[in-house]
Amino acid sequence: MISYLGRRIIQSILILLGISLITFALLYLLPADPVRQIAGRSATPATVESIRRQLGLDQPFLVQYGRYLWSLLQGDLGRSYIQRSEVSQLIVARLPATLLLMLGAIVFELLIGLTMGIVAAVRRGTRTDQSLMVVSFIGVSAPQFVVGLLLLYVFAVKLGWFPIGGYGTFSHLVLPALTVAVMSSGWYARMMRSSMIDVLRQDYIRTARAKGLARATVLLRHALPNAILPIIAMIGIDIGILMGGIVVVESVFGWPGIGQLVWQAIQRVDIPIIMGVTLVSALAIVLGNLLADIIAPLIDPRIKLR
Amino acid sequence: MTDAITPDIQPAASRPRKGALGKLLGRPLAVIGLAIIFIVVAGAAFAPYLTPFRPDEQIFDGLTLYGEPLPPNATFWLGTDLLGRDLLTRILHGARTSLFIGIVANGIALVIGTLIGVTAGYYRGWIGGALMRFTDLMMAFPALLLAICLAAVFQPSLWIVALVIALVNWVQTARVMFTQTSSLAEREFIDAERTIGASSSRILFLHILPHLVPTIIVWGTLGISTTVLLEATLSYLGIGVQPPTPSWGNIIFENQTYFQAAPWLVFFPGIAILALALAFNLVGDALRDILDPTQRGRS
Repeated sequence: MISYLGRRIIQSILILLGISLITFALLYLLPADPVRQIAGRSATPATVESIRRQLGLDQPFLVQYGRYLWSLLQGDLGRSYIQRSEVSQLIVARLPATLLLMLGAIVFELLIGLTMGIVAAVRRGTRTDQSLMVVSFIGVSAPQFVVGLLLLYVFAVKLGWFPIGGYGTFSHLVLPALTVAVMSSGWYARMMRSSMIDVLRQDYIRTARAKGLARATVLLRHALPNAILPIIAMIGIDIGILMGGIVVVESVFGWPGIGQLVWQAIQRVDIPIIMGVTLVSALAIVLGNLLADIIAPLIDPRIKLR
Repeated sequence: MTDAITPDIQPAASRPRKGALGKLLGRPLAVIGLAIIFIVVAGAAFAPYLTPFRPDEQIFDGLTLYGEPLPPNATFWLGTDLLGRDLLTRILHGARTSLFIGIVANGIALVIGTLIGVTAGYYRGWIGGALMRFTDLMMAFPALLLAICLAAVFQPSLWIVALVIALVNWVQTARVMFTQTSSLAEREFIDAERTIGASSSRILFLHILPHLVPTIIVWGTLGISTTVLLEATLSYLGIGVQPPTPSWGNIIFENQTYFQAAPWLVFFPGIAILALALAFNLVGDALRDILDPTQRGRS
């Protein structure tokens, strides 16, 4: 277990190094010159040159990358071109809102997805199963901004059940979290269905039924715990999909998280912010996968450590 | 991994593909998918002839006296947008954009993914290891954010958008191709080929690639759906296809400030995106059941 852990942690660190290299290469190759943006249009060539030297942009690629990496390690994601503040501070200030939204989304997608998957597996081959799978396909194929705008129109504008946007109470959370959840709950439903079908085929389930246990007991106490194991590994991977959805959904609902920060940065071509959020999300994804890899063998002894 | 390969692939790829179309037409969901794709393709192809308007034409009576967009009516079947342009015309022309991006971006992604996956799966060693580590690396990037970075760095044109989407979308294909190829490379008939002195390129193109064709078809179809969604999302965020070129995503982007008063401006293009993405998902899923031997008997 220790050597497995060590290997997985080293792998994760290497992946993070690679990610920093790619984002830096993108910044380095940037056609939009940050010096020009800082100096303004009327700056003399001498001023431009001195700013360039001040920022260290006249040094070779590897030296610049080394400095970039060093500052990343200290939690420094650079400064926003336009907002004139530290990117890391901007992100930290908005992180709680985003985490809340993600948590809400995960709860919704597990609730919807797992329920759909279980019902479909139990009613396998029937009309119910087929229509649930069609619904899951629609969920997977629905663009999140359209889902968000439609939910907003129906439940906030027309019915007035929820606020039109903003942040603060539970009722503010429902629509955005539901919107983020729609796409992934489709995937979860399909995963859960096939996993549950595999488990329901096994002998110990037949034994449990033969003992005369109630159908619900067999399903919830005997089948579910095993069927849900592969899903746990999914949650780690799912963070990446969630992060993508969050940019769109936060901009639709005016949710004050890091997704909205990205959206504002897009409008102003504020690249350090976009890069910063990308790095933070990549870190979250790597950590999520690492966590899933650590938890999975702890709860499922059948998984062999590689 | 749950997607381990069971080695029951037919020695020649021609047999299971015979009648694949017939099997596809036997599935109601796949038929619905094919019908939607047919309608969208036809709409895109004949866009200039289907409506009397041009996509960028600001029609004289296309707005109310107060300058508001018109709801669906007899002249403008799907209503007009903020600038008084016919929404149906713009959606039909937007279908061209979606299909272009879907085919080009997904085609490039498929080529990159197949090249990387097959090379890594066949050559193993440090080349294969390095390629697969690179794939893992790309997996750790949130696709949409990476696409946003790339689109913000480069000035988006239609081709740049296609390229950006391809660069974040090849990863899944590469992983599938890798598992398929590495299990194929260990089969006896490949060993036999090597023994009689066949060159690597001969083995790859004549013996391995034909076996991958079903997988390429399946992932190619499913990938179009992902691509269409990503293009719509990027265009909605304002960094995809740029106006005045109509795209389903940027139609919503342009009109969203008005959507409470004119919900059809979001509803119709939204339905179009959903329908096309759903269609390719339905067809791709049916193809996977029919063509992919590893999935047989699962559902």
